Amino acid sequence: MTSQQLSLARQEARAGYRWVSPWLIGFILFTALPLLASFALGLTRWNGVGTPHFVGLDNFIHLFTADPLFWQSLKVTVIFAAIYLPISLVIGFGLALLMNQRLPGMALLRTIYFLPSILTGVAVAVVWGFIFDKNYGVLNWALGLLHISPVPWLQSSFWVIPALVIMQLWGVGGSMLIYLAGIQAVPTDLYEAATLDGAGWWSKLRNVTIPMTSPTILFNLVLGLIGTFQIFTQAYIMTGGGPNYGSYFYALNIYDTAFQSLRIGYASAEATVLFLIIVICSAVVFRWSRSWVYYAGRGDR
Amino acid sequence: MDTSTVSSRVRLRPAAANRPRRTGRRRIGKATATYVVLLAGAVVLIVPLLWTVSTSLKDQSQVFTYPVQWIPRPFKWSNYSSAFGTAPIGTYLVNTVILTSIGVVASLIGSSIAGYGFARFRFRGRQAMFAVMLATMMVPTWTVIIPMFLMFQRIGWLDTYLPLVVPAFFATPFNTFLIRQFFLTVPYEIDEAARADGATRWQVFTRIMIPIARPALLIVAIYSFFYYWNEFLLPLLYLQTDKFFPISVGVANFASAQQQNYPLMMAIATVALAPPVIVFFVFQRWFVQGVVVTGIKA
Repeated sequence: MTSQQLSLARQEARAGYRWVSPWLIGFILFTALPLLASFALGLTRWNGVGTPHFVGLDNFIHLFTADPLFWQSLKVTVIFAAIYLPISLVIGFGLALLMNQRLPGMALLRTIYFLPSILTGVAVAVVWGFIFDKNYGVLNWALGLLHISPVPWLQSSFWVIPALVIMQLWGVGGSMLIYLAGIQAVPTDLYEAATLDGAGWWSKLRNVTIPMTSPTILFNLVLGLIGTFQIFTQAYIMTGGGPNYGSYFYALNIYDTAFQSLRIGYASAEATVLFLIIVICSAVVFRWSRSWVYYAGRGDR
Repeated sequence: MDTSTVSSRVRLRPAAANRPRRTGRRRIGKATATYVVLLAGAVVLIVPLLWTVSTSLKDQSQVFTYPVQWIPRPFKWSNYSSAFGTAPIGTYLVNTVILTSIGVVASLIGSSIAGYGFARFRFRGRQAMFAVMLATMMVPTWTVIIPMFLMFQRIGWLDTYLPLVVPAFFATPFNTFLIRQFFLTVPYEIDEAARADGATRWQVFTRIMIPIARPALLIVAIYSFFYYWNEFLLPLLYLQTDKFFPISVGVANFASAQQQNYPLMMAIATVALAPPVIVFFVFQRWFVQGVVVTGIKA
């Protein structure tokens, strides 16, 4: 390399740093430092005024040994994920298979299915709060047509999780579309080869479609898991975490501890535990995925 | 999968010779079953929206009648004016439009600069930085929200829009990823030709690359629009004065104050949901494009 080329390369590198520097500064200010601060504050007792009081691992010990609300919020979140993620995978994937046919009107149907997934937030929670109304809600009305007696969706600590799962499934069109994109990216010659080998519909699904879309499935699972640990608005608006802490999601617990009780140190410990849960879960899912995710000759990702 | 062309080959092979041939009737049967399932699902998905609009036009007494009356009689349009009279919904809407506009512009500026940087320049640590950026997509808001709140409190940014929009100027990972993927598909020769003509890097970026990247930028703008329009937690935390509230916080307060007044609640919900629905239908092609490009939903 001549010295001129070297200086050109150096110039390019310097320019590169300049261009990504806004991101780097943002990453340090709004992700890295807050994350470290969370870890550090987790080791203190502090109500937000004065100086934090260092208490070592006391918060964590208390969380795991003497805090039923911590376990309850963890339980609610994990149960929700355990019900919602498999159902949304099966329905989303099944819908994608159905949509992946060249039939008239499919584009319109796809649009209809996709629409609810982009509607989120407070207004949707308010609407669903009314849909789930025990006496005047449309869901119990529909069940009544099938001679099923009214279900106390949001008034029962048993039914509240199924209710929130149903509400979340309203947005299944989002994952449907992602799966559809994955399915359509499968090379058609694989299906032709499978057909030549006498493979039927099921065998093609099991041996071609699912392995080829497994990276997409994995991706959706991980994002869904992380998403579950972020669920806040629905529970905050519709149930406030009740009844009897039946929908007390992990995020709601952090919110209450930090911003209602002002136990900043303790809430930071909860946040740290959340971070560790996400890291461990993702690591486990990725490790586990090695046995079933198939990357077709893609070494770079 | 395309069964029609595949099955025509089946007949040629002895291995599959005894499999039932897909006749026209079978194909029609399959299509019918598909339509039945998908249409039933579509009805289920649409009902909540119809129910919302229908209730928003009902008299309070009609809400509590069974069986459900889907067509309000009479149409009580005054629910909307009552809702606007009960809470400063107009103000909330204006606030949301301001907040969303700044947020969208901030996301576009921050993410396109960083996306161009990651796509176009070779420098040491680029791969590592890019990997870190992708990894931060997995960091939950909840693990950083407490220190962020304390930081914004210290510097006196509470009760302003600054904590909501300033971080977007520093590039959001998802949008940066999307724009970077787009720039990777643009031939490098375009940059080189412009540079040879004496353009600075900044000129290449603003005059050539930004116009080329319009499709990607539009997708980012749409996603950011939805993010800012729907966002609830951060405004709830950072804003304290009613006259600054966006529609999300406004609806939340309205709903808790008007517990049983379903027609008014559904009216304000309809008002809050209408803009996203309209944007969705106007830009739905781009939306789908975004999902396909990135494999990620908003």
